[in-house]
Amino acid sequence: MTALAREAPATGSGGWTLFRKEVLRFWKVSFQTVAAPVLTALLYLLIFSHVLESHVAVFDGRVRYTEFLVPGLVMMSVLQNSFANSSSSLIQSKITGNLVFVLLAPLSPAAFLAAYVAGAMVRGITVGLGVFVVTLVFAPSLAVPAQPWWVVAFALLGSAILGTLGLLAGIWADKFDQLAAFQNFLIMPLTFLSGVFYSIQSLPPFWQAASHLNPFFYMIDGFRYGFFGLADTPPAASLAVVAAFALVLGALALALIGRGWKLRP
Amino acid sequence: MRPAVDVVGLSRRYGRVQALDGVDLSVAEGEFFGLLGPNGAGKTTLISILAGLVRADAGRVRVMGHDVVDDYRAARRALGVVPQELVFDPFFTVRETLRIQSGYFGLSRNDAWIDEILHHLDLASKADANMRSLSGGMKRRVLVGQALVHRPPVIVLDEPTAGVDVELRQSLWSFIRRLNADGHTVILTTHYLEEAEALCGRIAMLKDGRVVALDTTQALLSRNAGLTVRLVARALPPAWLPRLLRRTGDTWHIGIDRPADLEALLADMRVAGMHVDELTLDEADLEQVFLRIMQSTPAPSARAPATEGAR
Repeated sequence: MTALAREAPATGSGGWTLFRKEVLRFWKVSFQTVAAPVLTALLYLLIFSHVLESHVAVFDGRVRYTEFLVPGLVMMSVLQNSFANSSSSLIQSKITGNLVFVLLAPLSPAAFLAAYVAGAMVRGITVGLGVFVVTLVFAPSLAVPAQPWWVVAFALLGSAILGTLGLLAGIWADKFDQLAAFQNFLIMPLTFLSGVFYSIQSLPPFWQAASHLNPFFYMIDGFRYGFFGLADTPPAASLAVVAAFALVLGALALALIGRGWKLRP
Repeated sequence: MRPAVDVVGLSRRYGRVQALDGVDLSVAEGEFFGLLGPNGAGKTTLISILAGLVRADAGRVRVMGHDVVDDYRAARRALGVVPQELVFDPFFTVRETLRIQSGYFGLSRNDAWIDEILHHLDLASKADANMRSLSGGMKRRVLVGQALVHRPPVIVLDEPTAGVDVELRQSLWSFIRRLNADGHTVILTTHYLEEAEALCGRIAMLKDGRVVALDTTQALLSRNAGLTVRLVARALPPAWLPRLLRRTGDTWHIGIDRPADLEALLADMRVAGMHVDELTLDEADLEQVFLRIMQSTPAPSARAPATEGAR
């Protein structure tokens, strides 16, 4: 062995490796992390469009219900899978104890946050693309979105927000059932009540107002605007709400990680 | 020469348990340093603060001159830690595990060194095996490899041989010895006191979060030189109980200062009508020194005793 008691010079970024590890982690089990949620979304589409196609009119009948539903399902898949990626990665690493390898490394709080969130975004957007491709058969007119940059902007912001929420939930939870509670009692209701399956125009006034308090509503509505050029709320307003939410959440996560909250007791 | 590890006034409390209570320690570059103490003495807390895994209530730690909080990046680069628990990421192979760990330290082209680690830890044939498929001993070797992947000048081993078979223990120690000979500073905690005696040049003993002994292994052995009487008997005269080092069933280990004490012990036993079935007299080894020091240091009365779960 050579004399090695010298500190080796760093040439790359630790955050980049953590990001690649996060992507590799879900990709190695992609049947479960990508194919399964695509199938779930397809089932939603088949059932809901079959039952509701001829009964529900959206945007005053200018959009078929199935066409309306597809962007909602795509975005819901993006959001749920972004959350699932960072939250399950962290809780697994915490429970098996291998998070210590990340904690021993000289990663800055910003690199730690960016790596987990970017990994979650890749998973969310990969699943979203999968859902989009599979459901396109039922709504071929969506292949060319009316405003593609709005689609991209909301997909990126939405996945970043849910990736960050997943990170916080994963750091906070000590057990799998705490994480499941977070997912079932917060993330699921907020996504289901955000207008994935219906236009909030069809709701009674009270629930319309309540929907405007749900940040997920703006993610879905803005994303849908990208496809149709039609929305329940002006897209610039949705973008402002979503971007502000992302910034506040990111700042909170960065502050908590910097303080070592739950990670470095 | 600057110390490799410098601990000043380090304290940490968990609820009512004072895990560390003003610990001062300095480990010089190139030392093979032992950290001993019973469960709950604060060894793992000390190592966790050193590694940045746990925060201190008071005091500071420097690794190769870098503060572990203010200058955490340089401090962590200088430190390789082999954790006590057998942890691994089940998604990856041995080589992937080492590459990823290397990448966390910003070392993206490190394959030559990773190959060398695999070779020296006898892992080359398992390089492409999934971590899940490895035996406990193999996983332990990967942990050592992960700690060395960024060539840290300071290596911390937290009970690396717990539950490891004799053969692996030997090969692990010869590897660690060689790293030490190459200039690495090694800090070791272990429950196997004969290992500490054979390997460590200097030893600190912790009890209830405080350093109760700190000296070269040689000095500890000679300063606390005494004799140990091992006798097999049904009972021991109550007056001798304070000098009891250890008891297993009917076998009693009693520390004495000079041979004359042995006569007094036997006389007391005869008076009490106690029969001695077997008797041997041993020179002090580190285990006995350890037991004597632990026994002669009273637990501070104002504090709850440190418990097993405190880390």
